[in-house]
Amino acid sequence: MSTTAAPTRTERLAAGTADYLDQRTGLGAAVKTFARKIFPDHWSFLLGEIALYSFITLIISGIFLTMFFVPSMTETVYHGPWASLNGVQMSEAFSSTLRLSFEVRGGLLMRQIHHWAALIFMASIVTHMFRIFFTGAFRKPRELNWLVGFTLLILGLLAGFSGYSLPDDVLSGNGLRIADGVALAVPIIGTYASYLLFGGQFPGQDLIPRLFTVHILVVPGLILALIGLHLFFVVLHKHTQYPGSGRSNKNVVGYPLFPIYVAKAGGYFFLVFGVIALMGATMSINPVWSYGPFDPSPVSAGAQPDWYMLFLEGALRLMPGQAEIVIGGFTLSLNIIVPAMIVPGVLFTALAIYPFLEAWVTGDKREHHLLDRPRNRPFRTGFGVSLLVAFLILVLAGSNDLIATHFHLSINDITWAFRVLIFVGPWFAFWVTKRICLGLQRKDRELVLHGHETGRIVRFASGEYIEVHKPLDAHERWIRVQHDAIRPLEIEPAEDSRGVRRKGYRIDRMRQRISTVFYEDRVEPVTPAELAAAHSHGEHDSLAAADAHAEVTAGVGAGVVSDGRDHLSADARDH
Amino acid sequence: MSTHDNGHEAGHDVVVHDGDALPARFENPGFEKHHPRMGDLDEHANKKSERIVVALFTISILGTLFFLIAYFVWPPGTTPVEMRRSNLALGLGLAFALLGIGTAAIHWAKALMNDHEKSEERHEQRSDDDTRAGAIEVLKDGAADSAIGRRGVLKGAMITALALFPLPIVLALIGNIGEDWNIGQLKHTMWKKGTRLTTDPVGRPVKASDVTIGSVWHIIPEGLDKEPHPLDEKAKAVVLLLRLDPRDIKREQGVGWSYDGILAFSKICTHVGCPVALYEQQTHHLLCPCHQSTFDVADGAKVIFGPAKRPLPQLPITVDDEGYLVAQSDFHQPVGPSFWERLK
Repeated sequence: MSTTAAPTRTERLAAGTADYLDQRTGLGAAVKTFARKIFPDHWSFLLGEIALYSFITLIISGIFLTMFFVPSMTETVYHGPWASLNGVQMSEAFSSTLRLSFEVRGGLLMRQIHHWAALIFMASIVTHMFRIFFTGAFRKPRELNWLVGFTLLILGLLAGFSGYSLPDDVLSGNGLRIADGVALAVPIIGTYASYLLFGGQFPGQDLIPRLFTVHILVVPGLILALIGLHLFFVVLHKHTQYPGSGRSNKNVVGYPLFPIYVAKAGGYFFLVFGVIALMGATMSINPVWSYGPFDPSPVSAGAQPDWYMLFLEGALRLMPGQAEIVIGGFTLSLNIIVPAMIVPGVLFTALAIYPFLEAWVTGDKREHHLLDRPRNRPFRTGFGVSLLVAFLILVLAGSNDLIATHFHLSINDITWAFRVLIFVGPWFAFWVTKRICLGLQRKDRELVLHGHETGRIVRFASGEYIEVHKPLDAHERWIRVQHDAIRPLEIEPAEDSRGVRRKGYRIDRMRQRISTVFYEDRVEPVTPAELAAAHSHGEHDSLAAADAHAEVTAGVGAGVVSDGRDHLSADARDH
Repeated sequence: MSTHDNGHEAGHDVVVHDGDALPARFENPGFEKHHPRMGDLDEHANKKSERIVVALFTISILGTLFFLIAYFVWPPGTTPVEMRRSNLALGLGLAFALLGIGTAAIHWAKALMNDHEKSEERHEQRSDDDTRAGAIEVLKDGAADSAIGRRGVLKGAMITALALFPLPIVLALIGNIGEDWNIGQLKHTMWKKGTRLTTDPVGRPVKASDVTIGSVWHIIPEGLDKEPHPLDEKAKAVVLLLRLDPRDIKREQGVGWSYDGILAFSKICTHVGCPVALYEQQTHHLLCPCHQSTFDVADGAKVIFGPAKRPLPQLPITVDDEGYLVAQSDFHQPVGPSFWERLK
């Protein structure tokens, strides 16, 4: 370390640069504000970071790919090192993909990195989104950022689908053909939508160049801009934090950006990129040379789109064909409209508007910076799980042919099973999740009121046996009692004191009904009074009292002895 | 909410009464005590962490060097083995170059950097009332300066001009993006009376006598490669040719459309357009591998399972003087997925 008396050469250089920049930009103020900004630490906050870093990886590898890929549907004949396709007629897009994979050094690696990064990008967006959902991080003031994130999810799907179709291989070509079939099914304008997409009939000459522009300019440009907005909001709102000792709605507890998060988050980028590079090195993905160039005639059995499109594929497979109807000579393909437009429409709309719906039925206008433990919001957690289960069932339905061949089952039976499950599964998942949440909350109450079981069984002089419980310390207790008890809304009566019907009563009534669905079943956190009552109650549970008596230590596995008085009611509705 | 059973020991009531005076909620107990790390207490452990960080950075440097060497030593070559080796070597080099830096930086942060948590105040997002009033004032001043308030026509003209100016771009785009917008093309294929059925992809004409019972042929119309846009035509015109024992055929879509048990169906699924390719010879079922629509070719290609509604259109065929299979006409209905104007 140098002394102030004699600054080193580096220090003088740094000071000079800083002075130069500050005089021209006023950088000093920004550095002072942001350099030591506090961010809380939790593993689940890294999910969004994975999304960001896999996007940077996508851009780096993507720029490399554009140098060699030719987005053209012009027909050509392949001559190159991949012997089995020599002399085969194909588009320039496909042949340049082959050249990029086999002749450009590191080209195959970059392609595989790009594709793996895309899968991880989507996976991390979805898991990040559900982390936000289950912890209630979308509440005021972050509702707008939820919508920004939601739009990023949609753009991610678009980026994935447009990129995946670029090599013009037979697998993605059949995917585009399905997209064309879906476009044609749109009522009234469907045929024009298809012509708009393909520049005329399928497959036409325009699609690959158009997808290329969408894939490398329009969509990533929008994603980049929205990521900027997304992060701007994070800085503006300051990051949410999990509840805990010393953490409140009015502070943010964690480590400073410089140096902790510069090192941790910076390092994490390299970790994410490194893992994706490892995947690109060791795991083959989308080997288009084994599928062959696009041709409208061949198709491969067991074909699957990338995982994030699989739910659409599954929905298409489940819908019975009888749904197609003809009205006044016009064909309405409900067998396609329902699974390809209405089902994803409902799933995505539910996701997008949930924060607004919850705020409305909760009647909550406060800012929330402390996250919820998912168990403390049984309805929300159950609803989120049921959305995920619906998604999962559709994903599995999109793999029904693989399930059939792997497990030697009838494809028709599997399809029928999924047709039933898509209606039953989400409800069942909702019910089970809600019960689990309520059970966990009861467990929390039990722990706060009675402490940890210690396994020590004590006999009193009177002959009575009890198990000694160790009370929770203040920090253990706090995490279990810090949340608000949320009750169904109470509304003003239908008529005022003079018997005049109140305006807006019907809406209030509906709101109250929904609120009851959300919050009627609940377990409220222990209050100090309840704890005091419980302690006085089972006073001889305490160690001091127990030690005064002859002590019998029970062996492990000995049945827990209950004195009946440990069963303070922790019932859901005992208010 | 106190639902205890009756206290049965003296002194209970007193405590419960005390409880009534307690606060309604628990107090936040404040920060937990900081637990020092091994390296904070033990100089050796600290040094060891430092050495680990150095080692991890070194792994990264070695990874980069390995990549640079592998780039020159193992080019992709001409065989799959060489291609795989090149990819593996470059990928491992890059992965270690990146993972080394990542793990080093994170280990540094976790083991060596100050790990005392800090707390920062939050402030409400909402601006205070003075600021809000000021903002409204500024906007009012601006509106007054613009003198827009009293000029309704000016306002209308401005809004109209702004609303209309994107039209030239939109019109030019919409006008051209669908090329000729001739959606009638969807209703016709290049099959016509006398077009020979030829094999896909070589285009060899098929003699009826070559088609054995139980076989399946992938068929394209003769002269497909001479079309201006062969793929567009092929996407509509591909046909599956099958021969059944004539006694097995229960129904056809038109009288005399088959030839001696030889049937020709459009290969494009009536659901969303995948090529229907899996044929089960024993049951005469055709299965679309994309969404499992199943068609019974012995019964006019009727849908017996899955998301498609309509049978695969049948191509009426016959033989010409030389014994080659030819089409009697085009399909009698549009092939492929349904669309709004399909029946118009």
